[in-house]
Amino acid sequence: MTETDRQRALDTAEQVDATAAAAAVVSGLPPDDPVHAGGETRSQWRDVWRQFRSHKGAMVALVLFVGVLLFVSVGPYLWTIDPTYVDIRARNSGFSAAHPLGTDQLGRDMLARLMAGGRVSIAVGLTAMIIAVTLGSFIGLVSGYFRRLDAPLMRLTELFLALPLLPLLLLMVTLFREPLSQNFGPAMGIFILIVSAIGATSWMQAARIVRGDVLGLKEREFILAAKSIGTPPRRMILRHILPNVLSPIMVAATLGIATAIITESALSFLGLGFPPDFPTWGRLLFDAVDQMVLYPSRVILPGVLISLTVLCVNYIGDGLRDAMDPRIRGR
Amino acid sequence: MLNFTIRRLLLAVPTLLFISLVIFLLLEISPGDPLGDVPLTVPPEVKEKMREALGLGQAWYIRYALWLKQFFWIEPLHWFDQVFGTGYAEGAQRIISFQSRSPVFDVIAQRLPQTLIVVGMSYVIAVLIAIPIGIISAYRQYSWIDQLGTFVSMIGFSMPTFFTGVVMIIVFGVKLQWFPSVYDTTLQVRDWDSFLAQVRQMVMPVTVLALFNAAQISRFMRASMLDNLGQDYVRTARAKGLSERTVVLKHVLRNSLIPVVTVIALGLPTVFGGALITEQVFKINGIGQLLITAIYANDIPMVLTVTFLFAILIVVFTLIADILYGVLDPRIRYD
Repeated sequence: MTETDRQRALDTAEQVDATAAAAAVVSGLPPDDPVHAGGETRSQWRDVWRQFRSHKGAMVALVLFVGVLLFVSVGPYLWTIDPTYVDIRARNSGFSAAHPLGTDQLGRDMLARLMAGGRVSIAVGLTAMIIAVTLGSFIGLVSGYFRRLDAPLMRLTELFLALPLLPLLLLMVTLFREPLSQNFGPAMGIFILIVSAIGATSWMQAARIVRGDVLGLKEREFILAAKSIGTPPRRMILRHILPNVLSPIMVAATLGIATAIITESALSFLGLGFPPDFPTWGRLLFDAVDQMVLYPSRVILPGVLISLTVLCVNYIGDGLRDAMDPRIRGR
Repeated sequence: MLNFTIRRLLLAVPTLLFISLVIFLLLEISPGDPLGDVPLTVPPEVKEKMREALGLGQAWYIRYALWLKQFFWIEPLHWFDQVFGTGYAEGAQRIISFQSRSPVFDVIAQRLPQTLIVVGMSYVIAVLIAIPIGIISAYRQYSWIDQLGTFVSMIGFSMPTFFTGVVMIIVFGVKLQWFPSVYDTTLQVRDWDSFLAQVRQMVMPVTVLALFNAAQISRFMRASMLDNLGQDYVRTARAKGLSERTVVLKHVLRNSLIPVVTVIALGLPTVFGGALITEQVFKINGIGQLLITAIYANDIPMVLTVTFLFAILIVVFTLIADILYGVLDPRIRYD
């Protein structure tokens, strides 16, 4: 140990003593080991959850959404009438003990149909959202991280944003329903078609948000540090960048479910969605429109369920956005 | 600014060409056959003749180029002729619909007014509702009126227009009999009575669309107002003794409107797309309904042209939004 080193070590020791003494006086300073502050571990997700819980609307929405999920997933096990069973003698019946929500023009039980329809609608929403968000995050990450790919990928995104989506969706669904239903069966074929059509046309927002965030992150020191120790791009993206853009992705995902559900029911409503004997909420609404004057409840029930689900999802997204924004958190 | 505009206009050309190609190829690889409805008793050689008469005999790129020429050269020339009485486009083939054998643009011109009136009115009303709501809910943030505004706008854009439309028809069209549930496009406004009838039949579709759009615009307005209310210049304005009214309605409102105006411009083409559903609900025979019937009938030229018009709308309004942003906000420079 040279002389200067010894001096420096002494200096440090002195400094530590001085600050420690000051810390004893000012007890408001954080303890040395912040992990165990207050005897409880704090993680980012716990903070997010705490903030989320304080958003009343989002909490109510979450409970309702779980309720809707249970209704469509567990419901069919409790209410075992087949939604496609035609009981022509009981057709158009009102609310009764045998059919709590009545029956349709072919005597099919509405409660069972609503459960089955909700299953499909929510499944479409979730799957389309997963496709859209995966595609969007991937394109956003790649174009934000690799400068060379940025311009072409953003041009592509702009091109997609300039596409007239609803007309194109209508077009895709009408044009390709036949071959796909021949290959995968009518229900599965249309499901694949609708889900991939919605997914392929709604990734752009997620891509733009993620790209913006990645561009901002790239300027930060920890990225520079990771780069300077030679982290390869793959691990760089998966380890350092992806976790940091997770919150906008999650918000985009939540809102994506809502858009996908609405788009699917709009397609069904225009008569271009699932086949008639395959209930979804949009399809139920569409089928009931012809007789809406006589049996308004058949229009209103699926409509209310669509609106309720979308409303819940939007509120949850709103709550998530607030909870994940560190500027708002803790207020 | 001029440079930017020119650059963007030039960039819009390949974008539009690409989009038209995508739509064209999508229609091309589709299995639908425009002659699918022709009876099976028609012999194949006659069918082949019919196919050629529809212009389907050639390779796809020739037909695509022909369509481009018709869309960008012959149709404008035709309008020019009609306006100035010249004869440049004489004998040139216009884009012909498979369904009606009449020029596509004539059909569009018939359908456009209905869509424009309903969509335009609803958008104007949406903006007029949304901006005051946005201002009030931002100014009184977290008050009951803000909570209510948030809740209503959340409901507003969670309820799909086909549901609100149908519910309105049931309640106001059928139960209360206030408004007609089917839009009568043959109605011509000649006197006061027919004007009232026109207003009455427009109320429901306009309300449905306006509510949906107002919900979204008011959220943007609120967020933008909130951003601006916390700025230093607001404190300065208050400190120098300006009345609260002047501060909010002059200083804050003007600055908050900048992003909102662009959102409004960006949203307009989507509204035209969304009107597709509203038109279907209220049986308005506008552009959206035209597109749907054309899709059902495999009317390729019609589908291609209408979809492409939607794409042009989007590109043009995106451009307008960008330019407006630069014009309204001198801090933004694109160069």
